[in-house]
Amino acid sequence: MILLIILALSFSAAFIAPPVTNYTGYKRAGWLLSLIPFTLFALLVAQIPHLQSDHALTYTLPWVPSLNINLALRLDGLSLLLALLVTGIGGFIILYAAGYLDDHPQLDRLYFYLFLFMFAMLGVVLADNLLLIFIFWELTSITSYLLIGFNHGSASSRFAAKQALLITGAGGLALMAGLLLLIQITGVHTVTALIDQADAIQQHQLYPAILVLILLGAFTKSAQFPFHFWLPGAMAAPTPVSAYLHSATMVKAGVYLLARLFPVLGGTPLWFGLVVPVGVITAVLGGYVAWRETDLKRILAYATIGVLGILVTLLGLGTDHAIEAAMLFLLAHALYKGALFMVAGAIDHTMHTRDINKLSGLRAIMPQTAVATALAAISMAGLPPFIGFIGKELLYEATQEVPYGTLITTALIIANGLMLTAALLIAYRPFAGTFNPKPNQHPHEPSLALRLGPLTLATLGLIGGLLPTLFAEPLINLAIPPITQHESHLHLALWHGFNLTLLLSLITISFGFAVYIAYQHLQPRLVNLPPAKWSFTQLFKYSLQQFERLATFITTTLQPGQLNFYVTIIIITTIGLIAIVFIRTPSLLQFDIDQMSLSSIRVEEVLILILINISALMVTFTRRLKLVAIINALGSVGFGIALLYVTYSAPDLALTQIAIETLTVVLFMLVIYRLPAFANYTATRRRLSDGIIAVIGGAFMGLITLIATTATPVDSISYFFFIEENLERAHGHNIVNVILADFRGFDTMGETIVLAVAAAGVIALMRMQRDTE
Amino acid sequence: MSNLVLRTATRLLLPLLMLFSIFLLLNGHNAPGGGFIGGLVAAAAFILHSLAFGADATQEAMRLRLDNIIGLGLLIILTSGLIPLALGYPFMRGVWLKQEIPVIGHFGTPFLFDIGVYFVVIGITLLIMFNLEIEQE
Repeated sequence: MILLIILALSFSAAFIAPPVTNYTGYKRAGWLLSLIPFTLFALLVAQIPHLQSDHALTYTLPWVPSLNINLALRLDGLSLLLALLVTGIGGFIILYAAGYLDDHPQLDRLYFYLFLFMFAMLGVVLADNLLLIFIFWELTSITSYLLIGFNHGSASSRFAAKQALLITGAGGLALMAGLLLLIQITGVHTVTALIDQADAIQQHQLYPAILVLILLGAFTKSAQFPFHFWLPGAMAAPTPVSAYLHSATMVKAGVYLLARLFPVLGGTPLWFGLVVPVGVITAVLGGYVAWRETDLKRILAYATIGVLGILVTLLGLGTDHAIEAAMLFLLAHALYKGALFMVAGAIDHTMHTRDINKLSGLRAIMPQTAVATALAAISMAGLPPFIGFIGKELLYEATQEVPYGTLITTALIIANGLMLTAALLIAYRPFAGTFNPKPNQHPHEPSLALRLGPLTLATLGLIGGLLPTLFAEPLINLAIPPITQHESHLHLALWHGFNLTLLLSLITISFGFAVYIAYQHLQPRLVNLPPAKWSFTQLFKYSLQQFERLATFITTTLQPGQLNFYVTIIIITTIGLIAIVFIRTPSLLQFDIDQMSLSSIRVEEVLILILINISALMVTFTRRLKLVAIINALGSVGFGIALLYVTYSAPDLALTQIAIETLTVVLFMLVIYRLPAFANYTATRRRLSDGIIAVIGGAFMGLITLIATTATPVDSISYFFFIEENLERAHGHNIVNVILADFRGFDTMGETIVLAVAAAGVIALMRMQRDTE
Repeated sequence: MSNLVLRTATRLLLPLLMLFSIFLLLNGHNAPGGGFIGGLVAAAAFILHSLAFGADATQEAMRLRLDNIIGLGLLIILTSGLIPLALGYPFMRGVWLKQEIPVIGHFGTPFLFDIGVYFVVIGITLLIMFNLEIEQE
């Protein structure tokens, strides 16, 4: 129940926040609304004793039982870790946003999206039902789209938002396919139930397909190579959003999914072979690009990609040590990266630039910010006595014992070293040196709302390293069992003695410093190194353009806007398809002349037929000038058919036909004068080919009617079903009407709505034309 | 258009056609007819009127705006689906009164549904036709 309350509270917060913001003013709203996430945080913390004894808290509420979508919620250690990050960091972000957007007119809108995102993200980590996970997963993509495009006046924001949505959305579709396959082969709908069938799933022939699809979902979300490029683009969002979604929480959703499904899909050679290389490449790539950027936020974005790569690598390795390292790294990263992003935003807010080459000596002006930055950056660099250092130690312990250990360790040393370089760029360059103010700057320490988050998170990183037993160790020990499926008794400590791991740490640190020193001299020349000239974003833009061109081509070819073209295509397609059926099974092509009982044809039927045919010939051969005659002839065809219905005792059809025909004639009369001249109808060749197609089409329809009415004896099941059912249950004798209004009432309802919408469209078109005239 | 014959005939025919359309609507559940045909006949009646007196005059005589008639129809259809929901059945399940009502006979939600269709058909047909007629003038 508490889980449902948590979700409901975060959801309703989205709707409470905007009015509160406008009523109390930005400053108070920030403090007031940050209480909501902190309350959720406290609620989650209160569940820890339950989890330590019971492992998991579950709650199920039927939602769409016929589709097996139930609100199956489950809080275990892994969800708890993520949920605490979402709510804890979320609280500081809400507070921070009020300070950051203090001169923006639409903080209320940002709050709406942010709380909605918080709801979606909590949903992802708390859901146990696979379809529910997917729904929340997509909701995070959508809220991310709205947040990246928050400044929708700028074209680059809009492009970045679209890019992120397309990539994560495509991944989401793959994920859905993967989850549906899982449901199909197992018949169960919850992660918990899947774990029991893990062996069967891994031996199933569809396992590789499922794995690839789900990995696509996770990799796109967590910005893994080659889908990483949307994340730097997402920096177009306001900084609170970057700090929250695009470093601390949402991009971890992919990592979370890998961890969550590890007991189901993980541990196989295929898993190792797919996940580890992607993770390693991403880690090195992120580090490589990070220290060549000069924009604070972009440096942080690429460093985030690097860390996500490391996390994915660790989950790919899948040993107990690797998973321990992954969980600790995840916690450490959320703390320091959230802090650093908020600092970058605070600097931007007061100095109006994020370029590290234009910033210097900030330590004198904003000492508290400098302290927060330093604390967070040291953790990021992986230096003792911070939680980041312990994370790195665990990481190297894990990589030593796996296949290809040397290769992976080397790659991660490079990645971690470059992370240290990036940390120096962020924390040292802007703060060191002397301050030289520009004329229009009024440098000052950022407001408390902007400082509180970074200071707290960075300090937590220090406490986590100094006193690991205080919160880091218990949280990690709770988070590991859901992944490894056995108890975890990890003991965290800063000092592990003189061993290979320590040596690897030292190598990493010296490598990072070396790159930083080299950077000072090389930086101007580095700008032209690949991939500066070509980038994935360019490639993405190009393929998007090509895709749009293809779509335009197809549309203009198939939809030229000429009615006669459409009719021709429809008739040719129909004839073609039917002809294929007849060619493949010629036995269908027979009908029983005797059954047609030609002798019983009555005089009036023949007369009606003659009437219809003469009218049809008149329509075809009357000159254009006699439009009224054409319309009347068309009407005669219709009324003739209605008469036929009468003679064959189908009064219902006859009534409808007469009513429709009357209105059609009137409609035609009103419309026909407005049609353009049939200029392109005058070509004799065109008329001839249209005529041939029409005759063949008519002949085919006649043939099918003959076959349908004579060849196979009609033994309709539905007829008797409806006769019986109508009287008993639907209280009606008119089968057609009962079907329309009762049995197929849902369809009819849809049709009436479509009609109403179409009518609105017709009116709009006519008014538009009237306005242009 | 000021054709005296047409106008006089319309005056006579309009009530008859409307009566017929309502007859079709009420009869529809057991005999040929129903909301769709009934609606078409009613629309035809109004169109006849508009041809004789002009679309503006017809709209004025109808009192109700056409888009409101469409909305009313959709609302009735939705209501007919929601009534069973309120009674604890699935959406759109047919629910019938036990007593027969004079003239109408058995009355239930599918019947209500048909009435909704009747209004939607009238509204949409006339909306398109009248717009075209106004164009003409």
